[in-house]
Amino acid sequence: MVNRENAKLMTGNEACAEAALVAGMSFFAGYPITPSSEIAECLARRLPQEGGTFVQMEDELASMAAIIGASLAGVKSMTATSGPGFSLMQENIGYASMTEVPCVIVNVQRGGPSTGLPTLPSQADVMQARWGTHGDHPIIAVAPSTVRETYDWTIKAFNFSERFRVPVVVLLDEIIGHINEKIVFPKREEIEIVDRARTKQNPEDYKPYELTDSDIPLFADFGSGYRYHVTGLSHDETGFPTNDPKKVDLLHRRLNRKIDRYKSEIISYKTAFLEDADLCIVAFGSSARSAYRAVSRARTSGLKVGIFHIFVLWPFPYEELNKIARRIKKFIVPEMNLGQVAHEVACATKYEVTQVNRVDGGLITPDEILEAIKNVPV
Amino acid sequence: MGFRYEFRLSGSGGQGLILAGKILAEAAAIYDGKNATQSQSYGPEARGGSSRSEVIVSDEEIDYPKAVNIDLLLCFTQEACDKYHEDVKETGILLVDKSYVTKIPEGKYKVYSVPITETAETKVGKALVANIVALGIITQVTGIISKGAVEAAILSRVPKGTEDLNLKAFNTGIEIAQQFK
Amino acid sequence: MFPYEKYLRRDRFPHIWCTGCGCGIVLKALLRAIERSKISKDDIALVSGIGCSSRTPGYVDFNTLHTTHGRAIAFATGLKLAKKELKVIVVTGDGDATAIGGNHFIHAARRNLDMTVLIYNNYIYGMTGGQASPTTPTGKKGSTAPYGTIEPAFDISGLAIAAGASFVARSTCYHAVQLDKYIHKGILKKGFSVIEAISPCPTYYARPNRLGNVVDMLQWYKENSIPVEVARKVSEEEKKDKIIIGILHDAEKPEFCEEYQRLSARVRKIDNK
Repeated sequence: MVNRENAKLMTGNEACAEAALVAGMSFFAGYPITPSSEIAECLARRLPQEGGTFVQMEDELASMAAIIGASLAGVKSMTATSGPGFSLMQENIGYASMTEVPCVIVNVQRGGPSTGLPTLPSQADVMQARWGTHGDHPIIAVAPSTVRETYDWTIKAFNFSERFRVPVVVLLDEIIGHINEKIVFPKREEIEIVDRARTKQNPEDYKPYELTDSDIPLFADFGSGYRYHVTGLSHDETGFPTNDPKKVDLLHRRLNRKIDRYKSEIISYKTAFLEDADLCIVAFGSSARSAYRAVSRARTSGLKVGIFHIFVLWPFPYEELNKIARRIKKFIVPEMNLGQVAHEVACATKYEVTQVNRVDGGLITPDEILEAIKNVPV
Repeated sequence: MGFRYEFRLSGSGGQGLILAGKILAEAAAIYDGKNATQSQSYGPEARGGSSRSEVIVSDEEIDYPKAVNIDLLLCFTQEACDKYHEDVKETGILLVDKSYVTKIPEGKYKVYSVPITETAETKVGKALVANIVALGIITQVTGIISKGAVEAAILSRVPKGTEDLNLKAFNTGIEIAQQFK
Repeated sequence: MFPYEKYLRRDRFPHIWCTGCGCGIVLKALLRAIERSKISKDDIALVSGIGCSSRTPGYVDFNTLHTTHGRAIAFATGLKLAKKELKVIVVTGDGDATAIGGNHFIHAARRNLDMTVLIYNNYIYGMTGGQASPTTPTGKKGSTAPYGTIEPAFDISGLAIAAGASFVARSTCYHAVQLDKYIHKGILKKGFSVIEAISPCPTYYARPNRLGNVVDMLQWYKENSIPVEVARKVSEEEKKDKIIIGILHDAEKPEFCEEYQRLSARVRKIDNK
């Protein structure tokens, strides 16, 4: 029997808000949008209780700007939205990437493009999470598939963001955002919380983007005696704008290397039944749940099918999938879009990938995946 | 594969079906220690329109969270009944509110036709608690979730001051179902 | 001699502004106002968007934040709410504040969050090469209005007052002494304060419109400005095409940070019961 103190029936959106508080988030700025609004509603109630700040901004452009401003003051901050709002946030997501300001953006995906299907799920913002803002830029995106995973990955999103000084996107979808599910909370002392590394230098010697061995510069809170400059222009170690090709090159290569060199610590996935499988289903988010059901049903009818369940979409597990493709040659990707992850899996495995797609607002069913399993050409 | 039981509560917005689903899921997951999910589909309107709330109960982790092979279907409107009866298992149960569902579609499932809303109004005193009367019937006829667990979940979810009314509604539902043969 | 050096990042000079640009005059007025306010450099955050005026933060020794086009006030909102002890000053231009950033501007005024917004209004997009802005007077030329703009212009100060700002003042680069006085008052004001500084752009506004050099423009400001006290007494006809300068609006109203703290205290008290 579960301890009732530790278990609760809650939605993914509620779990996301609670987890953010546990991670130390104390500033939320947002704009109402279905199906993410419960996150803002929950935090509008909780943050004043916890001594944090909740502010409803005039739009998503402002929400994103406000969380960056707050993070520069040294607090952990986040916003939550859905596709149309995520589009508006792209401008300042690029700013956060460029200026290396930690922040978390939750996107509870709904059908798109444009206003699309406000109350129905989709997984079609995978590429937008990676490339939504202009220019080469670092980003991390995570995709939980249950309420408990939403809780865990929201905390990890903050940890990644703090550690790497990078915006982190939590890609939920309407299914996970709104499903009520039992969550057994982990013990507080078992939860790892990461805070950004701060400088201890004398303010006169401080360079906000000084090269370090880790490639991650040391942070100084605005108003803590370190008077420095932050700009979205290409800048050098001092933080001031520069057009010097060498310095500009150094900056952009470091920004992207910062994630690339640590990708083995960021990439996360789970495999099941792969040992003897001759077919691998690569899944993420809510459609992974359908995939698990399809796999266990396939197994009962003797089909050798396994699953590769992705938790971190960006950076993408290219090498890990490539390794699996040395043995397995058949891949199926079920996703609520027209093939955004399937294309990456094809890139990684060099095999043609069978797609199971839905863009009608419905969750892919186990039957649809099972059908694909049976029909994959030998 | 382990045990999996699927409920779908259907009708129109404002009939309390989402709340009823949450109570069932909370009873199973928190008070009975099983796993449960509750999901819903809804349109843009806050009142009226069709409403559907689904609960899956299992002794294992619940992967696919939608009801496709229904063990119990509750219908508060004819429209919902016409639309969803085909998803009910052969061994499943169809429970309808007699006042709203007059044409019962043929099927191998077991049918219970009860004047749920009318009972709520006349025996409990408020038509509004028809959803809780239905929960009483469901608890009794399915035997999937314990009576004590549903009671506890009702008390944790209904507005303060309405506890007695809701418990009365729940027990009325149980009593009705005890009469079934 | 006023100790401007104390506030400048000398190694960031020369600046990018054209000869005769009003940005330097406004910057000096800002520094005089800050000096008079006696606020420590560590406690000041200077936030800007994109444009000529928005390059100001790079040259001065505060906590400085050069953000995206139009969004300075939204960034500043987050910064201020997360660190209420900071004195947050936004430097922005007519395009930055009232075109692309118009929504943030009016909503920050409505919220009445404690910050000072200093708007360099030069009637044109200078940085991108002289395109018409929301404050380009009707009939005046810009590179995107080669025949003269047919659009009416925004009255920035009027907009700020209507949207709910606590303190609104306007001055010009000719009236630089008044300008620093108004900025100083704005900084001290608890609430959202807006100071509109009419500023010459000799390169992209004066030249295409044949308004002469910067001296001619300053002369024009001198001759065509009316103190608000006078403006209140004269006819609409007499005020037409004039710059009305002075403290246009000064009101006491609830400030957002204080209201939020009050709310939080109330909620926590209920919680503790």
